[in-house]
Amino acid sequence: MKKSQKKLRKSTVNNLINYAIVAAFYLVVTVMIQTGSATRHMKSMLVPICVAVILAVSLNLVIGFLGELSLGHAAFMSIGAYTGGLLSKFIANQFPQIPVAVRFPVSLLAGGILGAVFGALVCLVVLRLKGDYLAIVTLAFGEILRSIVINLEFTGGAAGLKGVPQDASFTYGIILVFITLFVIQNLVKSKHGRAIQALRDNTIAATSVGVNATRYKLIVFSLSAFFAGVAGVLYSHNYSILTAGTFDYNYSIEILVMVVLGGIGSIRGSVIAGALIVMLPEMLRSLQDYRMLIYAIVLIVMMIFTSNDTIKMYMAKYNPVNFVKNSMTAKKSQKEEN
Amino acid sequence: MAVKPSERIMVPLPSHSIVPIEDMHKAPVLQTHQLGIDFGGLTAVNNLNLAIGPTEICGLIGPNGAGKTTVFNLLTNVYQPTRGTILLDGYDTKGKSCDQVSKMGIARTFQNIRLFGKMTVMDNVKIGMHNQLHTSLLSSVTHGFGYKQAEKKAYDKAKELLDFFGMADLRHHQAGSLPYGAQRRLEIVRALATNPKILLLDEPAAGMNPSETAELMENIRRIRDEFQIAVMLIEHDMNLVMGICEGICVLNYGEIIAKGTPDEIKANPKVIEAYLGKKADK
Ligand SMILES: Nc1ncnc2c1ncn2[C@@H]1O[C@H](COP(=O)(O)OP(=O)(O)O)[C@@H](O)[C@H]1O
Ligand SMILES: [Mg+2]
Repeated sequence: MKKSQKKLRKSTVNNLINYAIVAAFYLVVTVMIQTGSATRHMKSMLVPICVAVILAVSLNLVIGFLGELSLGHAAFMSIGAYTGGLLSKFIANQFPQIPVAVRFPVSLLAGGILGAVFGALVCLVVLRLKGDYLAIVTLAFGEILRSIVINLEFTGGAAGLKGVPQDASFTYGIILVFITLFVIQNLVKSKHGRAIQALRDNTIAATSVGVNATRYKLIVFSLSAFFAGVAGVLYSHNYSILTAGTFDYNYSIEILVMVVLGGIGSIRGSVIAGALIVMLPEMLRSLQDYRMLIYAIVLIVMMIFTSNDTIKMYMAKYNPVNFVKNSMTAKKSQKEEN
Repeated sequence: MAVKPSERIMVPLPSHSIVPIEDMHKAPVLQTHQLGIDFGGLTAVNNLNLAIGPTEICGLIGPNGAGKTTVFNLLTNVYQPTRGTILLDGYDTKGKSCDQVSKMGIARTFQNIRLFGKMTVMDNVKIGMHNQLHTSLLSSVTHGFGYKQAEKKAYDKAKELLDFFGMADLRHHQAGSLPYGAQRRLEIVRALATNPKILLLDEPAAGMNPSETAELMENIRRIRDEFQIAVMLIEHDMNLVMGICEGICVLNYGEIIAKGTPDEIKANPKVIEAYLGKKADK
């Protein structure tokens, strides 16, 4: 029993570290803003970082925990972006007396819910598909949606949607990152999370012990799309103009790169890689033109590194985090023996 | 047989079935009637009639490719039968999905081990208990509303089960890193965690040495005695089959060619010809 408490504590600590990283980031940035040492350029990256982290963590739920490849995450994001954007614009015009503190959360929720609905719909369509086929359908879905949005009147068409109130702020972004982490980390460490990972490890065995594959695919796809939608709302309330072209497959690939770079199935990795992918191109402006090329190379290198057992072993051996962990557990077991 | 899926059907044991004496007056836990499946032109299983008593240990033997694993796949609804009926605890399983028949009380292991390799031993067993844990999605997402109590209950029960098989010390190990024999045992524990009425074991002794096989035999007996469930096993190890099975079915080319007690099977000329003949030469 004692062991179980220890084990529970260990996994809780792992989650807490992720919250701590986000909190520390928030504190440092707030202090920098207060003391005036944050540049305008830096401030402009804060909300996009939150957007990227939410996107990466929620896509990791599909890729890392359910084990399915989705290439349409930007599409779910665009559903949230337009739903939230249009709703906020409507509220701001019709009911200007409603405060931002009500308007923005309502839009966030609406964008998330509509994202989830589309996530569930796409999931129902691809239910019988696996692997490559599923990835291709999600990719196609994204492209179809983008074409539709460009050709619609009320979304602003190709010119883009103007006049979305700029309700997004770094604080809202961080709160949403916290909520995303809370929900997904908790889910993963529960009966439902175990079932999801069981489906990933061995679908036949999972269904043979009573896991309903359809139900869990639906839960994962809609939850992941919910957070993509929320990220979209945050995104659309950060810029003065919203164009459908933003949410193309390149964007979906960019989110995929965040997940792969951070490590498939690693939530902390997604948080860090999400932030990095936003900051790096901004810092290395001269490489802007080669962005997609660099992403492609990162994907290839990461895939080689994470699929080769020998390389993986060496990486684990010389990974400083693992090194510290191992020496700590070694000490602990020594203590226990004494 | 046209039956509504929800309707429980109780059929008296057919006269040709073999069940232990204490099961004679009870309804069979599993029955099949003229069960069959075709894969394209190939008839893999045909005219299969089985009746298994609620606490029977039943062997399913036959040469390689006879259709034994296919029978298990039919019984657990991995395949939908082309013909025939399956009654599990009296309920027709027609059109049910794998997870639904699991809830109805059938559990299995696989010829090629299918564990959740990246997860811990403990988590593998907890997934076996999936349908006995009533944690809501809300409670999972918030880790509140009874989450802690449910997890503790799951942990305690999983540990108890692992203890029963002497595996409690391995509970924090990754399932994929266990030695072969322990992986086979864990698969059985996971299947038992579903709280089944009947347990299907597909070649549980494959790749085991004699002492491991002896331990397995003992464990199968203990499972039946402690949990009071039926066990049906596919096995090539004749010592194991003859040693613990009360009834044996012999399958050849997808059809049952003999049923009987171990002694009857050993003496059956058809069986010797189809299957044991090669071994008798030794
Ligand atoms: N999914 C399938 N598709 C086509 N043929 C199959 C399938 N599953 C099994 N079979 C065939 O059914 C026959 C019986 O196989 P199986 O049940 O695995 O035999 P065993 O008695 O060795 O377990 C074999 O000829 C096999 O090729
Ligand atoms: Mg077989």
